Amino acid sequence: MRNSAWRIALPLAALVVALGACGPGSSSSQQAAGGGEDGIKVGILHSLSGTMAISEVTVKDAELLAIEEINAAGGVLGKKLIPVVEDGASDWPTFAEKATKLIAQDKVATVFGGWTSASRKAMLPVFERRKALLWYPVQYEGLESSPYIFYTGATTNQQIVPGLEYLKEQGKKKLFLVGSDYVFPRTANKVIKAYAAANGMEVIGEEYTPLGHTEYSTLVNKVVQAKPDAVFNTLNGDSNVAFFKQLKSAGVTAEDMPTMSVSVAEEEVKGIGVDNIAGHLVAWNYYQTTDTPANTKFVQAFKAKYGADKVTSDPMEAGYNAVYLWAEAVKKAGTVEVEAVKKAAGGIALERPEGLVTIDGENQHMYKTARIGVVQPDGLIKEVWNSGEPIKPDPYLKGYPWAAGLASG
Amino acid sequence: MEAFLNQLPIGLSIGAVLLLIALGLTFTFGQMGVINMAHGEFIMAGAYTAYLLQDWAGRQAVIVALPVAFVVAGLMGLALERAAIRHFYGRPLDTLLLTWGVSLVLQQLARDLFGAPNVQVQAPQWLQGGLGIMPYNRMFILALAVGSVVAVWAYMNRTGQGRRMQAVMQNRRLASTSGIDTGRVDMRTFFIGSGLAGIAGVALTLIGPVGPALGTYYIVDAFLVVVAGGLGQLRGAVIAAAGLGLLNSYAEFWTDASLAKVIVFAVIVAFLQFRPQGLFVVRSRALT
Amino acid sequence: MSTVVTSKDASVAPLPPGRPSWRARLQGPAVFTAVAVLALVVAPLVLEPFRLGLLAKYLVYAIVALGIGLAWGQGGMLVLGQGVFFGLGGYAMGMYLKLTEAQGGLPDFMVWSGVEELPALWAPFANPVFALAMAVVAPVVVAALLGALVFRQRVRGAYFAILTQALAAAFVILLVGQQGLTGGTNGLTNFFELFGQDLALDSTQRGLYFVVAVVLGLLYLGARQLVNSRFGRLLVAVRDGEDRVRFLGYNPATVKTVTFAISAGMAGLAGALFVPVVGIISPALLGVVPSLELVVAVAVGGRFALAGAVLGAVVMNYAKTVFSEELSSAWLYLQGALFILVMTLAPKGIIGLLRRRKEAAG
Repeated sequence: MRNSAWRIALPLAALVVALGACGPGSSSSQQAAGGGEDGIKVGILHSLSGTMAISEVTVKDAELLAIEEINAAGGVLGKKLIPVVEDGASDWPTFAEKATKLIAQDKVATVFGGWTSASRKAMLPVFERRKALLWYPVQYEGLESSPYIFYTGATTNQQIVPGLEYLKEQGKKKLFLVGSDYVFPRTANKVIKAYAAANGMEVIGEEYTPLGHTEYSTLVNKVVQAKPDAVFNTLNGDSNVAFFKQLKSAGVTAEDMPTMSVSVAEEEVKGIGVDNIAGHLVAWNYYQTTDTPANTKFVQAFKAKYGADKVTSDPMEAGYNAVYLWAEAVKKAGTVEVEAVKKAAGGIALERPEGLVTIDGENQHMYKTARIGVVQPDGLIKEVWNSGEPIKPDPYLKGYPWAAGLASG
Repeated sequence: MEAFLNQLPIGLSIGAVLLLIALGLTFTFGQMGVINMAHGEFIMAGAYTAYLLQDWAGRQAVIVALPVAFVVAGLMGLALERAAIRHFYGRPLDTLLLTWGVSLVLQQLARDLFGAPNVQVQAPQWLQGGLGIMPYNRMFILALAVGSVVAVWAYMNRTGQGRRMQAVMQNRRLASTSGIDTGRVDMRTFFIGSGLAGIAGVALTLIGPVGPALGTYYIVDAFLVVVAGGLGQLRGAVIAAAGLGLLNSYAEFWTDASLAKVIVFAVIVAFLQFRPQGLFVVRSRALT
Repeated sequence: MSTVVTSKDASVAPLPPGRPSWRARLQGPAVFTAVAVLALVVAPLVLEPFRLGLLAKYLVYAIVALGIGLAWGQGGMLVLGQGVFFGLGGYAMGMYLKLTEAQGGLPDFMVWSGVEELPALWAPFANPVFALAMAVVAPVVVAALLGALVFRQRVRGAYFAILTQALAAAFVILLVGQQGLTGGTNGLTNFFELFGQDLALDSTQRGLYFVVAVVLGLLYLGARQLVNSRFGRLLVAVRDGEDRVRFLGYNPATVKTVTFAISAGMAGLAGALFVPVVGIISPALLGVVPSLELVVAVAVGGRFALAGAVLGAVVMNYAKTVFSEELSSAWLYLQGALFILVMTLAPKGIIGLLRRRKEAAG
C-alpha cells in the first residue's frame, strides 16, 4: 500500500529522464542516411502533416533532391550535406519550436523551410535571436527584410505588380479582389489598390473569406453583379477549389472575366479540376513549361526521383534554388559560418530553372523574372508574358512612387 | 436589388447543403443520443467514392456514386456502431471523444490512401450551366436534399422498421420490453444515418474540394443545424437548415464571410436562450 | 430522450469512501512532494535548456487540463472551447509584451496592417498589472456570462459541448478577421523581454519554468481543496443527477457557472504564461482541434482525478513531441488509436489503471 505512491512517481521520473535522454542524437535516424561523421548538417522544416502538408511536402522533396544532387557532385567544401528533416505540422508555434531544436540541438548550418507568412513570422525571432540562417522559398507579401532570412520566392514587385501591369496592358480597368482572410491577401490588396488608383484602374469590390471556407455562392453573386473586367484572386489552398467550381457553375468564363491568381500553381490545378480553371491567369516566376536548359534537367530529375506523374511548381523551384544558392555562398565564403556566408551571398548569380537568379546583398531577396501564365487544358501552365529580364527585388516598394506611404503604414 | 433577390435562392441552396450534411446527424445524434464526430469523415468517404468510381463511370460517376456511397458510408457507420459505439449508449459525451479519435484516424488514412492534395471529381456535362444565378448543380443538390427528406420521412412514418426506430428513440427500455430488438434497430439507424452522410459527400464534390480535410469543413455547421432544429426532429432540421442558409446568405451579403459566421453563431446562442431544446422538442416526462 | 445515468455506468466515478486510513491520507501528500521535487529540483538539473522549455510548455497545458478536469471530470461539463479562454489570457499578455517592445510606438504588425494609431482597446494593456489581471478576469467574466445564460436555460450535455466548440470556431474567425487589432492568422509574436528580462536568455526561460511549475502546483492544491469541500461534493452531485440536486433546493446553474468560470480563469492564466514561454500566441492555438486535444489528454490521464488531468497533459504533449520528431504521420494514428482504446477499455485513464492495480494488489 505504501509503495503505491511510487507507482505514480516512478513513471513520472522515467518521463523526466526520458526527456533528458531525448537530447542530442535523438534525431540520428535522419543522419544515418546522409553520410559520414564529417558532413554538414542542414535543417529542412516544412509541414509534413496538417492542412499545409499538401503544399509543403513538395517543397521538401525538391530541397532533398537538390541536396542529393549536390552530394553526388562532391558535396560542399569536400563534405556531404546531411539533411535533418522536421515537421512544422501546419502549426506556427511548432515551427518556432522545431527551428529552435534544429539550431540549438542539431546545430545545423542553415535551415530551409516555411511556407505561410505566419510560419515565417513565428520563426523570425528564433533565427534573429540565435543568429542562424533561414532560407524561405515562397512568394510573400513583402514589407520584411530580416538580416537572417534569405527570401528565394517573389516579393510583391516581382509577382503582384507584374500581374497588374499585364491586366492593364490587356485593357482591364475594373478589378474585383477576392482573398483568404490573412496577412498576404490583405497586404497584396493594399498594393493593388494603390496601383489601381495611380494607373486609372478601379477596384470595385474587395472580399475576404476565412481560411478553409468552401461556400462561395454569395461571393460569386457579388462578383457577378459587380461585373468587373477581371478578378484578382489571393485565396489560399482548398478555398480555391470551391471558388473556381462555383464560379464556373455560375456561368463565368475566362474569356469575359479572367481571374488572376497568385497562389494557384501546377499542383493546385489538379485538385481544382482543369475544367474549372482552364483559361484563367496566374502570376509566378516559374512554370514547369519554362524553357531553360536548367529546367529540363530539374523536371527530369524530379520526375525520375518522385514519379512521372508529379508536377513541378514555383515554390518547389524556389526551394530547390535555395539549397544551390546557399551551397554557392558557402563555397565562396569557404566556411558555413553564418556571418561569412551572409557576406559572401550578395551578388551570387546562378542559372536556375526559372532563368538567371541573383542574390541582392542588401535585402537578401532575389532578382527574379516575372512570368504570367494561362492554365492549359492539360493542367500545365503556358507562359503568355514575361518581364524580359530579372526584376530587382523591392520588398518595401520604395522604387514605386504610387506605393509611397504603404510601407510606413 | 437584383443581387438582393438572388440571395434568396442562394440562401436556400446553402440551406440544402446544410440539410444534406445534417440529415444523417439527426438520426445518429438526435435520435440515438450519439454524437458522431466522424460524421464528417463519412461525408469524405462519400466524396472519395465518387472519385474512385470515375474510373469506370467517367463523368456520370456522381450519379452512379449516390447509391454506392450510401452503402459504403453506411457500412463504415455500421462497423463503427458495432465495434465501439454500442458500448457507449447513454454516454453521449464519451462517444463524442471516441468518434473524434476515429475521425483523426480516418483523415490520416485518407491522406495515406489518396495523398494529401485534393483530387478531382468531374461533374456530368448536363449539370454544367444554370438558370440565372442558380446553377444546375445547386438545383441538383436542392432536389437531392428534398428527395432525401421525403425518403427519410416515409421510412420513419410509413414502414414498420421506421416505427420501431421511433419507438426505440422515444423510450429504449419500453421498446425493448415490448419485444423490439433494439440492437438491430440501432444498427439500422446508424447505417442509414451514416449512409446519408455518404450521399452528402457525393453532392459536395460538385461545389467543393475533395481532400482529406473535407469533413472538418462541414462538421461544426452540421452540428449547429441539429442543435438549432432540435434533437431527432426531421422538420426541425429542415427549418433550421433553411433558416441558417438564408441567414448566412444575407449576413454575408451585407457584411463579409467572416462576420457572417460569427453572426450565425451569435443568433444560435441567442435562439437557444428562448428554446434551449431547439425548434421542436419531443415531449417527454423522463428526467435526465 | 432518456439518457438516464445510473450508478452502474462506467463513466461515473464512485465518491471517495468516508474516512480513509492515515496511510491513505498521507499517500496524496507523499506523491505530491515527490512530483514537486522532481519538477523543481531534478528536471532543471537533468534537462538541457531546450527540453526544459518544452517541459514548461507541457506544464502550461497541464494548467488548462486541470481546469478541464475540474469542469468535465468533476462537474460533467464537457468543455470543448477552452482555447477561447486560453486565447483571451494569451492575447492579454501578448498585447502587454508588444506594447513594451514598441515603447510608445505601434506594434510591428499594426504598421504593416496599415493601422495608424493605437486602438483604444490596446491602450490599457501597456500596464502590466492591468494586462495580467485581464488575462484572468476576462476569461472568468466571459465564462460567467456564458454560463449564466446557458446553464440557467438548462442547456447541458451534448448541447453545451457543441456550443463551446462553436464558440471556439467563431472566436478564431473573429480574431483572424480583425487583423489590424489582433495580428490576424499570424497572431502576436516576436517578443523580446518580459519585465525587463531578456526572453532569449536561458536563465530567463529557466526562471519562467519555475514560475509555471509553482503556479501549477498551487492551482492543483487549490483545486483539490475545492473538490474536497462542500462545493466539490455538490458539483459531483450535479454531474451525477442535476435534477435531484435541484429538487434538494440547490441551484445547479450557480454551481456549474462558478466551476466553468474557475476553469476558464485557469485557462486564461495558462495562456498568459504560454506567451513568454513559447514566444507566440496565434488563433491556430485556440481553435477546436487544440481544445479537443487537451480534452483527449485529460481523458487519457484520467478525468476523474485532478492529478490525471495534469499527468495526461504532460504525457500526451510529450508523446506528441517525440513522435513529431521521429515519425510524424504516425502521430495522428497513434493519438486516434490511443484515444479509442482509452475510451473503450479504460475510461478512467492512466490514473484509473494505476488505482485498479493498487486495489487488486491491496
